[in-house]
Amino acid sequence: MRNGGIAMDYDAIVIGGGPAGLTAGIYLSRARMRTLILNEGTVGGQMVLTHEIANFPGVESISGFQLANIMKKQAKAFGCEVRSNVTIADLSLDGGMKSVSLDNGETYHAPVIILSPGGRSRTLGVPGENKFKGRGISYCATCDGDFFTDKEIVVVGGGNSALEEAVSLTKYASKVTVVHQFDHFQAFEHAIEEAKNNEKIHFIMETEVASFVGDEKLDGVNLLNNVTGEGHFFQTDGVFIFIGYVPNTEFLTNKIELNKWGEIVVGSDMNTNISGVYAAGDSIAKRYRQVTTAVGDGTIAAMAASQYFHQLKSKTNALLIHL
Amino acid sequence: MLYTNLKHIESAADHAKVIGDNENVMICCGRMGPMCIPVYGVMEELEDEFKHVRFFDMEFDNPESHVIRNAPECRGFMGLPFTVYYKNGKIVKATTSIQNMTQVKTILEKEFGAPVNA
Repeated sequence: MRNGGIAMDYDAIVIGGGPAGLTAGIYLSRARMRTLILNEGTVGGQMVLTHEIANFPGVESISGFQLANIMKKQAKAFGCEVRSNVTIADLSLDGGMKSVSLDNGETYHAPVIILSPGGRSRTLGVPGENKFKGRGISYCATCDGDFFTDKEIVVVGGGNSALEEAVSLTKYASKVTVVHQFDHFQAFEHAIEEAKNNEKIHFIMETEVASFVGDEKLDGVNLLNNVTGEGHFFQTDGVFIFIGYVPNTEFLTNKIELNKWGEIVVGSDMNTNISGVYAAGDSIAKRYRQVTTAVGDGTIAAMAASQYFHQLKSKTNALLIHL
Repeated sequence: MLYTNLKHIESAADHAKVIGDNENVMICCGRMGPMCIPVYGVMEELEDEFKHVRFFDMEFDNPESHVIRNAPECRGFMGLPFTVYYKNGKIVKATTSIQNMTQVKTILEKEFGAPVNA
């Protein structure tokens, strides 16, 4: 429902179309609330980046892309509107009626907002990173690993993803050097052991990547030792970066309570510090980030939001009768 | 097999016909992977808006995709997908790895012009 600059009213607006947002959309629409999901990227969020999901109860094995499309189809079947690849220009969460404006001038209003903007891979933010993305720098081992067959590569990071992907990249690369900023890893013991037992994997600890060097393609990295402060050039054909995720909550700064990591602070009903605004999924402050936990968050947020909406509606009706 | 709603190019002959018959063409050559799927999604979204551009995908692992993989404009690319833009049969722009809606729209508008009804 495109409005060409005219404001449109809904009962609820969900920002973010990952598993949390889509689940909220399913529940809200099924509760007969006019619901709009606004999504800045492709519907499905981080879930579509997963080749195989084998731990979603009731489904033995499915790709994240397929699961996302089924969730989207379910939400739409209940009447939920879904708009993807939009850009949110402004957001007003104050007062009874909230509003969301897009960069094309469209504005949407609703008394209930559910925030589920998800997260994205963290980048190093050092010189050369943008220039060499796809020309030697990658964030996806399964996508780009085979470009580095028989080549020497670097993996940056020390968590589960970094060490597991380092092991997986040894299928292609002749040598994998893990560069990690601390003197210990944050990964599970079994992941550390598997990486350490792999003859192709080497480690450079307490060291960070200071910049990427090359002309048309990546030639190497400048490394900086965090203890001695000394730097040196390290020749490599490719660099894979796995340094965790950051929540997509920059647009919520000074609009809602965030913790020091930028995660949305929620109560047990997924309620935020603002009445009528709920949050769910990877962008909230919590320990475990899985498709299943996102679905649970989305369910709770939608049920609490639905209750809030119907109470608000009853109060408004009672007030109208008195008048 | 690419599970997208885009039109698929299956062979080098198809590819030659597509870029020969159409003035403005965008082809995303990739797999069903995390860096490629978002680009297909952006293209599907833009098909209605950029009616003067034809949008296609091509499977990277199809041997026939050598027409894109080995294009001089894709030399040095080491990240999927390879996305190429053709004007009158010639490559005018090529990108490697994931691109978002804004990046793709910027290229389309620069190389092929803004949509007439925009």
